[in-house]
Formats: sequence, structure tokens, C-alpha cells
Amino acid sequence: MEVTIKIFRYNPEKDKRGHYETYKVEAHENDRVLDVLELVKGHKDGTLSFRRSCAHGVCGSDAMRINGRNMLACKTLIRDVGANITVEPIMGLKVAKDLIVDMNPFFDNYKKMLPYLINDNPLPADGKERLQSPEQRARFDESTKCILCAACTTSCPSFWASDEYYGPAALVTAHRFIFDSRDEGAEQRLHVLSETNGTARCHTAYNCTEACPRDIQITKAIGELKMAMVTGKID
Amino acid sequence: MSKVHQFEVIVVGAGGAGLMAGLYASRNAKTAVISKLYPTRSHTGAAQGGISAALGNYEEDKPEWHMYDTVKGSDYLGDQDAIEFMTNEAIDAVLELEHMGLPFDRTPEGKISQRPFGGHTNNETGKPVRRAAHAADRTGHMILQTLYQQCIKNNVTFFDEYQVLDFIMVDGKATGVVAIELATGELHTFHAKAVIFATGGYGRIFEVTSNAYVYTGDGCSILLRHGIPLEDMEFFQFHPTGIYKLGILITEGARGEGAVLINGKGERFMPKYAPTVKDLASRDVVSRAIYNEIKAGNGIDGKNYVYLDIRPETVNKFAALDGRTNPDGSPYLITGDTVLTKIPDIVDFCRVYLGVDPVTQMMPIQPTAHYAMGGIPTNKYGEVVIDDKGTTVPGLYAAGECACVSVHGANRLGTNSLLDLVVFGKHAGLKAAEYAKNADYQKMPDGAESSIRSELEALKNGSGKENAFDLSNEMKNVMFSDVGIYRNEKDMTSALEKVRELQKRFKEVKVSDTGKIFNTELLNAWELSNMLEIAEVVAASALNRKESRGGHARDDYQERDDENWLKHTLITKKNGKLEIKYKPVVITKHQPKARVY
Ligand SMILES: Cc1cc2nc3c(=O)[nH]c(=O)nc-3n(C[C@H](O)[C@H](O)[C@H](O)COP(=O)(O)OP(=O)(O)OC[C@H]3O[C@@H](n4cnc5c(N)ncnc54)[C@H](O)[C@@H]3O)c2cc1C
Ligand code: SF4
Ligand code: FES
Repeated sequence: MEVTIKIFRYNPEKDKRGHYETYKVEAHENDRVLDVLELVKGHKDGTLSFRRSCAHGVCGSDAMRINGRNMLACKTLIRDVGANITVEPIMGLKVAKDLIVDMNPFFDNYKKMLPYLINDNPLPADGKERLQSPEQRARFDESTKCILCAACTTSCPSFWASDEYYGPAALVTAHRFIFDSRDEGAEQRLHVLSETNGTARCHTAYNCTEACPRDIQITKAIGELKMAMVTGKID
Repeated sequence: MSKVHQFEVIVVGAGGAGLMAGLYASRNAKTAVISKLYPTRSHTGAAQGGISAALGNYEEDKPEWHMYDTVKGSDYLGDQDAIEFMTNEAIDAVLELEHMGLPFDRTPEGKISQRPFGGHTNNETGKPVRRAAHAADRTGHMILQTLYQQCIKNNVTFFDEYQVLDFIMVDGKATGVVAIELATGELHTFHAKAVIFATGGYGRIFEVTSNAYVYTGDGCSILLRHGIPLEDMEFFQFHPTGIYKLGILITEGARGEGAVLINGKGERFMPKYAPTVKDLASRDVVSRAIYNEIKAGNGIDGKNYVYLDIRPETVNKFAALDGRTNPDGSPYLITGDTVLTKIPDIVDFCRVYLGVDPVTQMMPIQPTAHYAMGGIPTNKYGEVVIDDKGTTVPGLYAAGECACVSVHGANRLGTNSLLDLVVFGKHAGLKAAEYAKNADYQKMPDGAESSIRSELEALKNGSGKENAFDLSNEMKNVMFSDVGIYRNEKDMTSALEKVRELQKRFKEVKVSDTGKIFNTELLNAWELSNMLEIAEVVAASALNRKESRGGHARDDYQERDDENWLKHTLITKKNGKLEIKYKPVVITKHQPKARVY
């Protein structure tokens, strides 16, 4: 079938501002939007630039706005979005070129969450693993799935208003550690989250949860963080 | 002029191997990790099923069994000293990951959970053993995240989205690398005492593959151009279960949980080919079985695919027939919920890409190009070894999928790659730092970046008669059909000619993007030149090996030939000509014998 794809284009070396280009290519309804972008780049305009790697939704490279919603181009099929497609970069991060945005503020926010296991106690004397029950493990399973694609953060009105807000992805990372029974850094992280750019900026718009390609219940996770801050208890 | 940086150790690549190397090297030496992707985008994150270690958390297991299984899986081409080293380190390596915070799934007692995988056996009974430590079907994702998190904790220096394009060697010693900063197009020279390559594989030379777009063999081809040999490049693993047409992987863990392969007649066919472990035979064995079924007209509707069936009723029926039990002796039974919790991502992939629900429907699959057993030759400390005498290149190291230690020989066992990354990534990092502490910087030659600069310029100034995208597809097609699961003299000869023709035509490619910022067209073209180089080397090494062994199966030489071919291939390219030499396989405990599953 013929697919018409309208793509946001911006090359800072040439263009004063962004504009749209429309291309027509032959594709199959089971093709990914990413396949269509590759076809456009391969046959229509080699200068089109976008990030991609795994091509099956696990590396987080290709979050973009497809028909107005944040999605991974490799996990969105033509049959799901139809033959008329508009593709734009995710919002709230500076566009570097075409569909590529500057991800540094996003990763900086991630790093502010102390994103690593904090536990200074001695390891088990037998050198074996720290024990954790399947129930304790399940407690934070959701938030371990995050691939740092930024679809959530760049769909959030609070983040659009200010990229100082850590954003939902960073909060998911905080959740991943705070609810891990082996971790002892909850207090430090909750302190970070209580600052002006922390959970207070979440107004439960739900955009993040809808955008997440890993189906993480982000708003719920943020709710649990807020609860932990109010009660001082993690459970 | 380019910007110049100086680090004692440079690690190229930020997947499992590169991050582990970076972590360990940075403890003792000034280190930087350079990666063309943000570290968390590396392909290690796609690994699904597990990482092996004889932890014995459910049942008896031993490193010696793990060693033997690996040797047998390798079709006796793996070096047994290196394999023993790896399987002995496995338990501590996996426990170290847990201590770093990796969220493994747990047994009821709270220990690391393990599942069966192809070729993992109890050596006394021959029955499958639970050896693959896992976190659902996201084990690689968890390893990648955990190692990156540890790097943040330990303040490791990163150059994200910098692509290394050249290696600098002075007087036969590693001296640094040249990289392009993707965001600005600037070239940077990294002056180093030691360089570790951890750039991953090159499965994108094949049409149907589980590999990422970025698996273009950069590290291997950069070193090949500097006269470094590549080892055992004919051995490429075709994983039996890729999603039909797309090649997206369905982990062997699915069969570990009880899934079986079904042909067009509705038969479970693996017992014909591997009477003892059946669907859990080694990957090369299962892929060939599928191929044979398809060739015999037993594909689904006569087409080139079969089904993988994990519907609970099927799994439970065959588990009962096989006498499979739980660790407590009760009969093995699964429910739809088991499928959802044990392989959630696979369920998601099938729903998204196929519109198929594995709990109630069968999954259409075909073998997919998956893993490069061959690569940059190293010893067990990651030192690059260039001949049969153990000669090393001072300061040059490699680890991970781009390296060939060789622990995987002619066929890698599932879960042994992730193990390879953490074990040999660590040792390469330690060794490189130790070397750097006792070495001086070589003098950096003037204009070290000029050669790659002119190569890039040439790509912008081609005639434009050829299109890179089309050349790339032609290469993928010919490699998949003629240097694929089954090979023969005639097909490989014509494939080799075709690849050489494509190399010539590549000179007529013109990159239309003349800009500097994120010039992905330019870098894709450069990557294609690497793939064409690697495809040639793979085809030539394969054509030359006149036997069948592991992942290298020939119609015209169907038997393994230990008398003539129990040796590693070393291929180099000098003045445009390929040269093939050999080195012996290290055999310590296990003499080659027939391989039956
Ligand atoms: C779908 C899938 C499932 C798998 N499942 C399993 C499993 O369950 N168990 C198992 O043991 N193995 C599995 N494997 C194999 C295993 O995941 C890989 O072999 C392994 O992760 C490779 O790791 P690596 O560190 O060598 O490379 P990668 O993780 O791919 O990292 C390569 C790095 O090199 C960088 N790089 C490459 N070229 C350049 C350049 N020119 N300049 C700068 N940087 C560069 C990249 O940016 C990246 O950071 C699986 C593989 C796939 C594809
Ligand atoms: S929470 Fe979901 S949407 Fe947000 S970064 Fe992680 S995977 Fe992407
Ligand atoms: S390319 Fe990896 S998530 Fe889309």
C-alpha cells in the first residue's frame, strides 16, 4: 500500500526554523513506522536523521511523536496508525536535527536520582546472593522495565513548562530503588524528590502512563512515592 | 585538526563487555568509555533468557558440567583452558551482579532463580539442568542497566554518541583511536596507552536477524584494516526461533519453560533429531532440524516457517510425556499466568508484531542470524593475539561479542555470551589498566586523523551511480541465502563474488548530506563499508573450511573432520588480499567425540 508520511525537518546548519516534508512510499501494513523512515532515508532523502538501534522496542532510541502521540517508531505498525502519518520529535527537549533531540537534560535528571543500589552493609558471609523473596522482588518489578526512552517525560505538561522538573522517567528510576528490599538509600532519594523539582510538580495528568511503551503504571508509581513521602514508610 | 584527549585506557563500546571493562579499568587507571550509542541503548539490553552459572539453586550442578556442556556445544572448537576459566569464574561473576543490585528473579527461598536452556545438562543423567540465572526475559536489560548504574556510582568517564572510526598503532603498539562526535561532526583523537574494543557483533550482514541496526562490525573491520587477523569468522549462529520474517528473537527460555516446535503436519519433530533433550538441543542442531523440516515440505502450509507452541495445554501434555517434574518431584504444569510472568516481553512482541497471543495461539518462527562466534582473537585476559605462537599487540584488548577467546568455538550455548561479557570484560579491564600503569604513552603521530578524514570526504564525493540502501539489501540477501544455515561450494563462491562486486559498486556511492551535525547518512555509509568487509571475510573463511562443524554446516562436506579441521581459522587482509592461516585448538580435559543430544 502507499503510505504518505509527513515528517518534521530541521537542519540547524541550513534552516532558520523547522518545517514539514511529505513523502510517499510503498509499504506493508505490518511494517513498522521505523521501516518507513528507513525507506524514506534510503530512497527519498538521505539527509533525514533519526536515532534507532534494536528495532523491536527494547533500547529506547526512537521515541517520537507519531500522529501527535509519543511512541516508539519501531513498536508502532502502519496497521495501527493508518496510511497517513505525521512524525515529529518529542517535545520539551531541544531539537538537534530532524527527529533527534538533545537527550542530555533527560539523562542528567536520571542521574540525580542516585540510580544505583545503595547498601553499605557487609555482603552475606558465605559470599552468596542477598536473599529477597519473590514477593519483595515483585514489589518493584514494574519500574525495572524502564528503557529510558523519554516518551513519558516529554509527554508531561509540567516538563514542557520546565525541564528542571525531574520528570516521570526519573521518578520511575527512584521508585525502582526505593522499593527494592535490598536498598537503603530511600531517605536520600526521598529528600531529593521533596525538592521543588520533585514529585510536587506531578499533577497526575496521566500522559506519561499512556505514553509508556513498556506499559509501566507510572502515575501509580509516582503516587506510591508521594505516599512514602507523606507517611515516611515504604511498603 | 582534531581535538585531542588523553586517557590511560580507552574502552570502545558501552555494552555489557565495555561497561564491565570500564568499571574495572577505572579502578586503577585513568579511563574513558566511548560509545556510538547512549550506553543504555547497547544491544546487551536485548538479551532475554539468562546468564549461566552452576549455582545449583534448584538442583545439583557443577562448573565441570558447565565446562563440558560448553565444550560439547562448541563442537570441540572452543579452547578448553579458556572455557574452564570462564565456567569456574561464572558463579562469582553472577553473584557479583546480584551484589551490584541486579534484580534477578527469585526462588521461593529468595535465591537467584534459574531455568533450563539448550545444551545445559546434568552430565550424569543427560537430562536438562536449571542453570540460566534470569530476570524474566529481560536479563540483558537488567545487566546493562545495573552495570551502567555502577559506572555512574563510580564516576566512570563517558563519551556518549562518539563513534570510533580508526585505531592508531605506532611501532606495533596501541596508541589511541579517532572518533567522530555525532552531535557536532568534529573528529576527536584519543591518545591512550591501552585500547579495549568491545563493539559487539555484525549480524546486520544477514537479511533476517535478531541483531540491532548498529551491529555493523565496526571494531572487527577497523582492526582488520590495520592488519590484525580475525578468528573463526565462518562460525555464525542462526538461532532457531526468530519471529517469522522480522527475525526478532524468541528466547530459548521459552523452550526452557516447556514450549515445543511443531511442523506443518502438527508433529513435534525435535525428538527425531535429538532423542534425549529434544527441543532443548544446541541451537545449531535445532536450526538445522527446522531447515530440514521446511525442505521436506513440512513447513506451515508448505512455507518457510514452523510453529513454536507454548500454549499451556501443549506444554503440559509434552511435559507429562517427557516425565518432566518440578524440583520437589511433582509433575511439571504451567498455566497462562506462567507464560505471562516468565516471558512477558515475548508475549508483548508477539502481540505487537504478529497480532498473535502465545497463551492461546502458536507463534510462527524461522531461524534468525543471531550471534558471531568469531571475532578479534584474544586470550583469556582479553589481550589480542595475532598468531599461533601467542604473540600479542601491546596495549590492544578486545572483549564481548566482537572478540573470539575462543569459548564458543563453532557454536555458542545460550546464556554463555552474557557470561563471556562479564568475565572477559572484567579481565580485559584489569589487564589493560595493569599494562597502562607500567607503560608510557607512545608518541602520537601528526595528522593521525587525516586518513579517516579523507575516507569520509571520499564518501561525500562519489559519483552517486549507486545507492547505499540498495547495496546493503543485496548484501543481506546473498549472505542469508548463500552463506546461511546450510552452505556449499557453489553458493559460497558466487556469494563471495557478489560481495566483491558490491565492494566495487560501493565506490560509486555518494552521501548527499554535506552537513556536520548528526550526519547519520555518512556514518551509515561508513558502516556499510565495514559490513561489506566483514561479509567478504565470513564468506571466504566459510568457503575455505571443508567440513561441517557447529554453526558451519555444508551439504557438500557433511561430516566433522577432526583430522584436518580441528583448528581455528585466522584471516587477515594485506594489500587488498585475504590470507588464511590456522592455529591449534587447546584441548585439555575433553577429547573430541561424536555430538549427540
Ligand atoms: C535478541 C538477543 C537476545 C540475546 N539473549 C541472550 C541471552 O539470553 N543470553 C546470552 O548469554 N546472550 C544473549 N544474546 C547475546 C548477547 O546479548 C550479546 O552477544 C551481547 O550482549 C553482546 O555484548 P557486547 O558488550 O559485546 O556488545 P553490545 O552490548 O552490543 O555493545 C556494543 C557497544 O559498542 C558500541 N560501538 C559499536 N561500534 C562502535 C564504534 N564504532 N564506536 C563507538 N562505539 C561503538 C555500541 O554503542 C555499544 O555500546 C542475545 C542477543 C540478542 C540479539
Ligand atoms: S517509564 Fe516508560 S516511557 Fe518513561 S522512559 Fe521509561 S520506558 Fe520510556
Ligand atoms: S529502535 Fe530500539 S526502541 Fe526502537
